Amino acid sequence: MFSVLKERVGDVLLPGDEFCCGPQETLSLTDSGKPERLVAGPGIRQSGDRLLVSRSGVLRHKEPNKFWIESQQRRYVPAKGETVIGIVTAKSGDVFKVDFGGSEQASLSYLAFEGATKRNRPNVQVGDLVFAQFVVANKDMEPELVCIDGSGRANGMGVFGAGGLLIKVSLGLVRRLLAPHSDLRADLEKLFPCELVVGMNGRVWVRAASVQQTLIVANLLQSCDTMTPSQRQQLFKRVQQGGL
Amino acid sequence: MAGDSVRLSKNLLRMKFMQRGLDAETKKQLEEDEKRIISDEHWYLDLPELKAKENLIIEEKSLVPCEDLLYGRISFKGFNPEVEKLMATLNPKNEAEEEEEEEERRMQTDVTDEEMALRYESLVGTLKKKFAKKRERAALDGDDVNQNVAEKTSKKAFLKPQD
Repeated sequence: MFSVLKERVGDVLLPGDEFCCGPQETLSLTDSGKPERLVAGPGIRQSGDRLLVSRSGVLRHKEPNKFWIESQQRRYVPAKGETVIGIVTAKSGDVFKVDFGGSEQASLSYLAFEGATKRNRPNVQVGDLVFAQFVVANKDMEPELVCIDGSGRANGMGVFGAGGLLIKVSLGLVRRLLAPHSDLRADLEKLFPCELVVGMNGRVWVRAASVQQTLIVANLLQSCDTMTPSQRQQLFKRVQQGGL
Repeated sequence: MAGDSVRLSKNLLRMKFMQRGLDAETKKQLEEDEKRIISDEHWYLDLPELKAKENLIIEEKSLVPCEDLLYGRISFKGFNPEVEKLMATLNPKNEAEEEEEEEERRMQTDVTDEEMALRYESLVGTLKKKFAKKRERAALDGDDVNQNVAEKTSKKAFLKPQD
């Protein structure tokens, strides 16, 4: 199974491509007795004994056993554990409805904030921005958000958004911003003091010392999605010198 | 005799009070019959055996663990110190940095045996004083005081009353 997948790492795959694991492979007793587990990341789906590709993109692999499809898309599909920026659209009883840019609105319980109790409700208004993570996200159920982690701490989640600007970028840019050794982040860091909140749903909230600087950062982010690294660095240098 | 032609029915033979008089052979035969009846009446589903196969494929819907993405709050150049603190705690550190830190920690915690011995050398006196009783403590305080003590003991000696 591994060998079949490993051969295709780096190739472009299309929805409908499939990998079969032959019976002789699943029954191999030659190597150590422990069967190896395979983690099928986004874009790869299990169907019986086969692995189906459900997204078009490049097959990626991470040691020891993770495979996923890297693709460029703008539609966000919620996944459990991901953090997103949502906009509160309604207050109904004990849950808030939050729009996160997906196919459906997510629910956010008023108890899922740090320090919130039945008596002590969090101060959340319609239109507020929340940074929250998914606890329920599957295709059959309404997604559910929380603003606390497993131990009840906020850890940066919750209502935010005073004096900043929310922009929408592609999901690929978000991943580039949050990648462990990101050039884009390193370039941004050189500019001027600013703050970003990055949701996996493609929403980015920017704040800097002044409105002008906030707008500069927002525009840079939106425009550098389609730039090559050299173009980007040139542009950033011009901004740094006050050329724009 | 008519014993051969008139046989007792099986059902009668199976009754409890008839068991005593039966010989070994007929008893065995009866048991076998009974077993066959039971197994015939036992019915089962004609299905292939269900095998609990271990699932070797785990599905992971999120890209975050795949690409080791960082936490979504970022602050540059100390714009928001709270967020910078969060970044430091929530994001997995670079391996190089981690190694450095490990080294530092080791340097801080490690105390060589000589250092330890030196430290305890100076402590021996004070610790001894702590566990000594009041009278002994006075004795420990200094040699010059010792002489006083000797005088004191002589003072305290029993004085024979004079006639």
